[in-house]
Amino acid sequence: MNSLIAIMKKNVRQYMMVIALAVAMIAFGFLTDGIFFRPVNLTNLVLQNSYVLILAVGMLLCTLTGNVDLSVGSIVCFIGALCGVMMVDLQWNPYVAMLLAIIVGVLIGMWQGFWIAFVNVPPFIATLAGMLVFRGLGQVIMKGQTKAPFPREFQVISSGYIPDPFGGAVVGTTTLHLFTLLIGSIIVALIIFGEIKKRRKQQQYGFDLLPTGIWLAKVLFIAAALLAFTVVFAVYRGFPNILVLLGILVVGYQFVASKTVQGRHIYALGGNRKAAELSGVKVRWVMFWIYTNMALLAAVAAMVFTARLNSATPKAGQGFEMDAIAACYVGGSAVSGGVGTVIGAVVGGLFIGVLNNGMSIIGISTDWQQAIKGFVLLAAVAFDLYSKSRSSKVA
Amino acid sequence: MADRSTLLSMKHITKSFPGVKALDDVSLDVKTAQIHALVGENGAGKTTLMKVLSGVYPYGTYEGDIFFEGTHCTFANINQSERAGIVIIHQELALSPYLSIAENMFIGDERAKYNIINWDKTREDALEYMKLVGLNENPNLPVNKLGVGKQQMVEIAKALAKHAKLLILDEPTSALNEKDSAHLLEILKELRDTNNISSVLISHKLNEVAAVADSITILRDGRAIETLEVERDQNGTASISEDRIVKGMVGREITEMYPKRDNPIGDVLFEIKEWTVSNPDNPERKKLDGVNVTVRAGEVVGLAGLVGAGRTELAMSVFGRSYGENISGKTLIEGKEVDITTIPKAIAHGVAYVPEDRKEHGLVMIQNVKENITIAKLEKLTKMATINEHEENMVAEEYCKRLNVKTPTILQTTGNLSGGNQQKVVLSKWLFSDPRVLLLDEPTRGIDVGAKHEIYLIINALAAEGMACLLISSEMPEIIGMSDRIYVMSEGRITAELEGKTATQEEIMRNILNN
Repeated sequence: MNSLIAIMKKNVRQYMMVIALAVAMIAFGFLTDGIFFRPVNLTNLVLQNSYVLILAVGMLLCTLTGNVDLSVGSIVCFIGALCGVMMVDLQWNPYVAMLLAIIVGVLIGMWQGFWIAFVNVPPFIATLAGMLVFRGLGQVIMKGQTKAPFPREFQVISSGYIPDPFGGAVVGTTTLHLFTLLIGSIIVALIIFGEIKKRRKQQQYGFDLLPTGIWLAKVLFIAAALLAFTVVFAVYRGFPNILVLLGILVVGYQFVASKTVQGRHIYALGGNRKAAELSGVKVRWVMFWIYTNMALLAAVAAMVFTARLNSATPKAGQGFEMDAIAACYVGGSAVSGGVGTVIGAVVGGLFIGVLNNGMSIIGISTDWQQAIKGFVLLAAVAFDLYSKSRSSKVA
Repeated sequence: MADRSTLLSMKHITKSFPGVKALDDVSLDVKTAQIHALVGENGAGKTTLMKVLSGVYPYGTYEGDIFFEGTHCTFANINQSERAGIVIIHQELALSPYLSIAENMFIGDERAKYNIINWDKTREDALEYMKLVGLNENPNLPVNKLGVGKQQMVEIAKALAKHAKLLILDEPTSALNEKDSAHLLEILKELRDTNNISSVLISHKLNEVAAVADSITILRDGRAIETLEVERDQNGTASISEDRIVKGMVGREITEMYPKRDNPIGDVLFEIKEWTVSNPDNPERKKLDGVNVTVRAGEVVGLAGLVGAGRTELAMSVFGRSYGENISGKTLIEGKEVDITTIPKAIAHGVAYVPEDRKEHGLVMIQNVKENITIAKLEKLTKMATINEHEENMVAEEYCKRLNVKTPTILQTTGNLSGGNQQKVVLSKWLFSDPRVLLLDEPTRGIDVGAKHEIYLIINALAAEGMACLLISSEMPEIIGMSDRIYVMSEGRITAELEGKTATQEEIMRNILNN
């Protein structure tokens, strides 16, 4: 038992959010008499939070450098407006329009990255300017109107589900989405396989290992949770397209952050910019690409959001930047930079999303929800600082 | 000068940092109305001693006792020492540039009633203290309109406004020209003679010390070596010469500390030619002026000089132009000019720089040992944009073994290691980058004796492998003990080139001072 406590203390930050997320979900399951866990609600949960999670993935890289990007909400508005003009007013081919929207997103990012990386404008200021500029420009090109409706091909991004080539299996009154079950099982198998491989490697190098029992419990918990969600989605209409996109982004960015030179350079820069520079990291270019990437993801989020609403509005994306930033810090990013993971940011974003969703079902007003979210953010960061000062004293 | 009771008495002060004893049983007595100079090499413990005195290191974090005006002092912070009458004036001035002289003088001690500032009283009081230091300016003038010399006077006036009985001046003249320096020293003498105010003067400029000090305490390696009382004849000539002070500062024996190296020395490997660099904060001023340095394969070349002489600036400006503006000059490797104008290019050409400031410039403290070792040349471990974790672990293990880095695992957070082991991680990082030219900037600063010895062995092994090593150090025994050749640097120029075997500390010190 003592060793269990010691292990928990050591990894408290790492597991805290996952545990908190699980606890919150189970609590809402009880409080809502199971409504929370209904397939339609969980599907909605993903759809409602997808754009903030996409933004959180990019924002994580910004927070790793010790900065944030305030402009993403406005970029969502601007790109949405652009999509509206191209697809609704001009009736362009939706695929061409989507490609153009992505390109414009990248250009916006390069614009901001240029000021930040090469003119040394503090990111806070450069992106605050971007926040004003792109909100304004978005409203200019919409001329204050709402653009709707969008073509079917575009809407499918957010409202579609992956097809089932197997046709589905009828069990009682529901139809199970077999392809979803297949994909879910494969992913779970891959995760289990990966964990075993990782543990072997750790043993080989003599690194600290989790005791076998706890490790098994952890892997089984993850596998069971993922399988359970797969079944829930399969019972409804299968995995939403958005979830697939989100999954690819999260895995891709987690890979870049943890396994590539570029990712390592970001962490080194965030931990100590000067030391990284003196070790040959091209710090200016790293900053440039981080902010370029952020705007690219903001363009993706803009399309997801616009497609879901099936309209582009002048108010679109308001406050998204704050939700994404909160997701990163709740998910374990250090305010000083250099610490944080993509998975953590996504878990943080999901945690906030679960709170929103659960409180809405219970009937807590949005005003209260807002305040409660604020307290959660404060508590998460305060806890982080507290546990850090504790652990540094021990060391 | 009859009335000379003891004002300050520091008894048996010992102050340790993790891995180093910065002060070891140091005692210091300062009398009323006395200018007491504190001299010693960099790292001798002068600044640490003054930080202990002024409460920057609070009572309880050091051993020993401090008595000021006969009372036992237990300062918890700088405010308490100032209230007692001990005011420290730092090397970097602590003035708020856009506030006026008067405002600066009373920061934290505003002339106010019910929290409302009385500006007439502020100006009136300011003028009174300004007169004491001979500062003839409008008290409403923002301090950034003043020259450095006058800003220094504002600092002293500010200290007097706090009713200082003892002024501590840390290198007060290092940024001043001769005229301003002379004026400042005059003021110190005047305050001593008319106001009975004592000063502790920390200075590298031994001519100044010899000119004004009544008493000189020499620190070396955290110990008080001796205190010299200065008598003056009628012409003001001091009884203590500069040479006498130098002898006390460096009079240390070189023992087995520095391991022997007898590898053959090869051809010229690395050359710096006519290297001239401007100070980025003040582009008109040259920080380095026409510096020529050559290092042969297998040779360790020392670069001696005081802090501020331009040694670090030389290494950093050469290493990917990471310091300075308007850089001109050539760098050659094996006789061919090489482009090392960015850090990645410098690394690609096999130039490595081990920085002076390990914490700020050398390591990412929150990352683990492995990540720090491989950061400078991750490409070596990368296939298809992916870092090969297995190989990375092997490399980290290999270097930890080779350099004897004491760490539980390579996943240990680097900030948790001792200073010596951190330094070995920095060395590992650069060795992994396959260097041919090693620029070592104070590689043994702040680490204990045992770890120092290990670093020397590593340097010797690298030289034996044929690397060209340029060793910057403020510890003269280290320079002499380690170097085949020594360049002496002073105010941005090379002032002498000495044989490592025959050089003496006195010779180096003389070449530094007689620039």
